[in-house]
Amino acid sequence: MREIVIISGKGGTGKTSLTAAFAALAKNSVLCDADVDAADLHLLMQPVIQQMADFMGGSKALINPDLCTSCGTCIDLCRFGAISEQFQVNAIRCEGCGVCVDFCPEAAIGFPVQRCGEWYISDTRFGPMVHARLGIAEENSGKLVSLVRKEARQLAEKRGADMIITDGPPGIGCPVIASIGGATALVIVVEPTVSGIHDMERVVDLAAHFKVPGMVCVNKFDLNVEMTEAIEKLAIRRNIAVLGRVVFDPAFTRSMVEGKTLFEYGEPTATRQQVLDIWTQIIKSPSMNTLGIVDLKSTIQ
Amino acid sequence: MIISIASGKGGTGKTTISVNMALALGAGVELLDCDVEEPNAHLFLKPKIERSEKVEVPIPLVDLDKCTFCKKCSDICRFNALAVVGKQVLVFQELCHSCGGCMAVCPEGAITETGRELGFLNFGARDGIGFINGRLRVGEAMSPPLIKQVRAAANPQRITIIDAPPGTSCPVIAAMSGADFILMVTEPTPFGLHDLKLAVEAVRLLGIPCGLVINRADIGDRKVFDYAEKENLPILLTIPFDRRIAEAYSRGKNIVEEFPEWRQRFTELFRKIEVIITERGGAAHA
Repeated sequence: MREIVIISGKGGTGKTSLTAAFAALAKNSVLCDADVDAADLHLLMQPVIQQMADFMGGSKALINPDLCTSCGTCIDLCRFGAISEQFQVNAIRCEGCGVCVDFCPEAAIGFPVQRCGEWYISDTRFGPMVHARLGIAEENSGKLVSLVRKEARQLAEKRGADMIITDGPPGIGCPVIASIGGATALVIVVEPTVSGIHDMERVVDLAAHFKVPGMVCVNKFDLNVEMTEAIEKLAIRRNIAVLGRVVFDPAFTRSMVEGKTLFEYGEPTATRQQVLDIWTQIIKSPSMNTLGIVDLKSTIQ
Repeated sequence: MIISIASGKGGTGKTTISVNMALALGAGVELLDCDVEEPNAHLFLKPKIERSEKVEVPIPLVDLDKCTFCKKCSDICRFNALAVVGKQVLVFQELCHSCGGCMAVCPEGAITETGRELGFLNFGARDGIGFINGRLRVGEAMSPPLIKQVRAAANPQRITIIDAPPGTSCPVIAAMSGADFILMVTEPTPFGLHDLKLAVEAVRLLGIPCGLVINRADIGDRKVFDYAEKENLPILLTIPFDRRIAEAYSRGKNIVEEFPEWRQRFTELFRKIEVIITERGGAAHA
């Protein structure tokens, strides 16, 4: 099953707006929101939830005050400063290592599994969508990303979909690592700013570890044409296909306010044509071949 | 006094607000870039980096001469970072959370610790403004331990401004906890509002006072303003969308330098925060 994952490094470059626009153009795809930490794709897709399940993350320590003798073993062993002088566990600090649980001489510490969020299979006007909501201040976002991607894959195979379109998270840490492993190709959305190119370079370095093909498009390119050229040069140097440029267009924000994709808002515009051309290039790219052959020639260097 | 600048959604202007506030206040403040996955503040503050320090987290090192292959270490490890296979102990270092459980449980004292590189801390300054950032090693999954190191390196005598990462999970919590005030930077769009609500929930969990900066305040709709009123969140600064600001940003230029009338607005932003902190009973730190 082919899967394109849309990433950026820097936040706010237009990943979700473009993912939604691609969803409107794709025929027979499954959508997947892998930005579980601050998921926004559902605001444009208005998914109707068909199936919902709890996401069980790690466990956390819980001290039973009736059994605790205040010996202090747990405080001494905890490297995360999660246990107070009053022998209460700070759930935000607790790493879930369970060392206190195993060493407590009174067996006074329980280790209940935590419900860290929930995930959903939904219907949208553009096809099925797998998405999730990570609980506030929770850990294990990488684990939840892996879960929604796995579910999206199963669903896509079951429904005979052509591909999966995955909206990825910003950054280069654990949720991003979980988002890009095994992707057919990455679409990197970059804005032409000093921070945009800096962050792109770091996520490209990460992607190079995973030997995944990459493609890049510059959003809001007219804010800085010189920087746009620098980004495209960098892309070519790293063996990343240049898909094209999208102009800075307030229509993205206006359509977002109405809960629509760019292609459902107002009259056809030049911006739409730019996005359509980019989508056509993605679909035609050798790494997206339908034979399931990994395109080793186009992996990010 | 510690002011942490967060947002939920990425790209709303956290770095812009952090850097411009630091520049407006000038000497005596310290800017910490805690977005260690994608640190950007240095691109705008342009500090002179004076030194760098490698940061490691402890991971187990097994002495096979002492090991009896009892498997107690792999049993205690909740992260599957250790596996005993025949006469070998495999350490999957990228899975290790550095809890020290394996070392504590080993009956033979066969486990000591070595380090896994998390990334670097960079220390610098510009015009008396102190600067520290963390730079996560590409490929490293865990950013919170590095964020904690950036925080630990701060000078408690100075006003600390923290540029936090986006999101609402553990890295953001590491950049916000222990702060005296959280300044949320948002934009009046459905994405901005949705992620702001999540971030405000996280702040309330920590029990820290917070206020808003609304960036590109004239795009989108009015729902962020309605939300702020309903939730009693003070709007401390609004910045209209201005293509000149966006273009200056793209070149690494700062608002207070390009448009000097903004300097005073950023100073006032800080004064308002100071008043709120004082009314709440003062800063927990100097």
